[in-house]
Amino acid sequence: MAAIASQGSAGAVRRSPRRPLVVLTFIGPALIGIAVFLIYPLLAAIYFSFTRFDMFNPPVWVGLDFWQYVLFDDPTVRVAAKNTLVFVVLMVPARTVGALLTAMLLNAMKRSRSTYRTLYYLPALAPPVTATIAFVLLLKPGTGPVNTLLAQFGIEGPGWFNDPDWAKTSLTLLALWGVGDLMIIFMAALLDVPKELYEAASLDGASRRHQFRYVTLPTISPVLLFAVITGIIGTLNYFTQAAVAGSVASGQVTSGSGIAGTFGYPENATLTYPMRLYSIGFGNNLFGAANVMAVILFVVSMTATIVLLRRFKAFTGSGS
Amino acid sequence: MTTPQARRGGFLLFVARHAIGLALAIMFLAPIVFLLLTSMMTSDQTLTADLWPHSWHPENYVEAFRRTPLLRFIGNTFLYAILATGFMLLASVPAAYALAKLRWRGRNLTMILIICMMMLPAQVTTVPLYMMWANTGLTGTLWPLILPMLAGDAFSIFLLRQFLVTIPDDYLDAARIDGCGEWGTLLRVILPMARPGIAAAAMFQFFYAWNDYYGPFLYTSENQENWTISLGLASFRSLHHVEWHLVSAATLLTMVPVIVLFFLAQKAFVQGVTLTGVKG
Repeated sequence: MAAIASQGSAGAVRRSPRRPLVVLTFIGPALIGIAVFLIYPLLAAIYFSFTRFDMFNPPVWVGLDFWQYVLFDDPTVRVAAKNTLVFVVLMVPARTVGALLTAMLLNAMKRSRSTYRTLYYLPALAPPVTATIAFVLLLKPGTGPVNTLLAQFGIEGPGWFNDPDWAKTSLTLLALWGVGDLMIIFMAALLDVPKELYEAASLDGASRRHQFRYVTLPTISPVLLFAVITGIIGTLNYFTQAAVAGSVASGQVTSGSGIAGTFGYPENATLTYPMRLYSIGFGNNLFGAANVMAVILFVVSMTATIVLLRRFKAFTGSGS
Repeated sequence: MTTPQARRGGFLLFVARHAIGLALAIMFLAPIVFLLLTSMMTSDQTLTADLWPHSWHPENYVEAFRRTPLLRFIGNTFLYAILATGFMLLASVPAAYALAKLRWRGRNLTMILIICMMMLPAQVTTVPLYMMWANTGLTGTLWPLILPMLAGDAFSIFLLRQFLVTIPDDYLDAARIDGCGEWGTLLRVILPMARPGIAAAAMFQFFYAWNDYYGPFLYTSENQENWTISLGLASFRSLHHVEWHLVSAATLLTMVPVIVLFFLAQKAFVQGVTLTGVKG
């Protein structure tokens, strides 16, 4: 028994297989994946960003030409980068606050909580293309029910997806509609706040608002930070909804790669950075420039990831 | 203890909560209900502001299949989603086990790389990977999206690892003492215990593939034969205008598998979502 006990107490340390080969049978495929789908394409993107090439001819070294082109000479890149920044500023706070408020509302309910949770979560399950088409229909100026409803109150509804000043707001509403996944994460985090903390705070005479400020927020701040950072990275990635909304709202409903023709409709208001990255490469055949944009996107998203990794040592630290 | 005023305040709060709750529920469901109504209208009515169908046309759903190769798109999407999920599990479960429960040099570095991979926007690696697949002649098919899953999926490995970490080491020790090798431990002890985590990871992967637009757009947009539903949805267009009633019907159909799967495994799914929110 003593032998077993000492083995047990060694815990994680004990579980080191003598043969590294055994470990390799577990992790081998994932290591190959990291090499082929992360390391190689990253190095290739950096190299290609200094070259001129298309899909048919070998790359020719052109130094910083495309870096200069992307950073200073292509006005559309700047528009796209600005749009993506605006989307980050609009969507991340809207989704975070929206998810937190709905989570608090549902947690305050008792018997009906899980029914509401399912209802609120349902839209998050809708495929992005589906959700986008639904919203374009819903907000269609003229025939859409939202503007019809607004008209009942004597308000003339905006052009939504067809108005450059409202297209970003429309997409933000769409993002808010799918807030259910974040809401579930926040519901769990809120329930994890120890009850004693609230009791102690209310004994000290803290109001509801003070309890939220000094008990709830600090306790759930790691989850909040995680949500904000993954939200930022997700928005840097924002492609599908903007591409589909432009296509459907423009009335072209182009299919296949033809959709690139309606990118940014109306008036480049919905052209995001990843969309420009795609069109500068596959549309304009400037793959060197596309890789410059890729390297920049990589640097920005990795900065956010590093912040995350530093805060969450437990991600990578020894298990159990 | 509770004074009448306090009880009345509690009741008012209860009413207020449910009023807001119901209003929000209507807002969350309205777009889906509106799609349903539109899918039942005539083509002409979709161009008016009338909400309620003048006459009901469920045959629009049949028409949607007749007008486009919708069945083919659905088949392609299932193929993509099922193969991607199966391949992903084969590679990701053992990898997650090695990251959660085995000790080896380079483990932390591997975990960091996997998180980087998980966070990496797909567009960063798009051009080099597209060229790589163009060299194999597989562009135009969905294989460039399916085959990489044989090396596992970063997000799934992360999710499974977070789940496996919560299984106490005692179970593994017991298996060891019973003479199980590492693979025996994984298959006989861990797999049965990790079923909810595996179910959640499988569902996420299935949903991801089912909903994916960028991947199929990148690789198959020139080859309609291999389109998934997401790509096909945009193809309902007559000479003059979008056929909203057919788009709505097809659009609703894409939600069906996702919703069925969700209700079959809601508990595992909610647990999975919670896990992704990170127990840091």
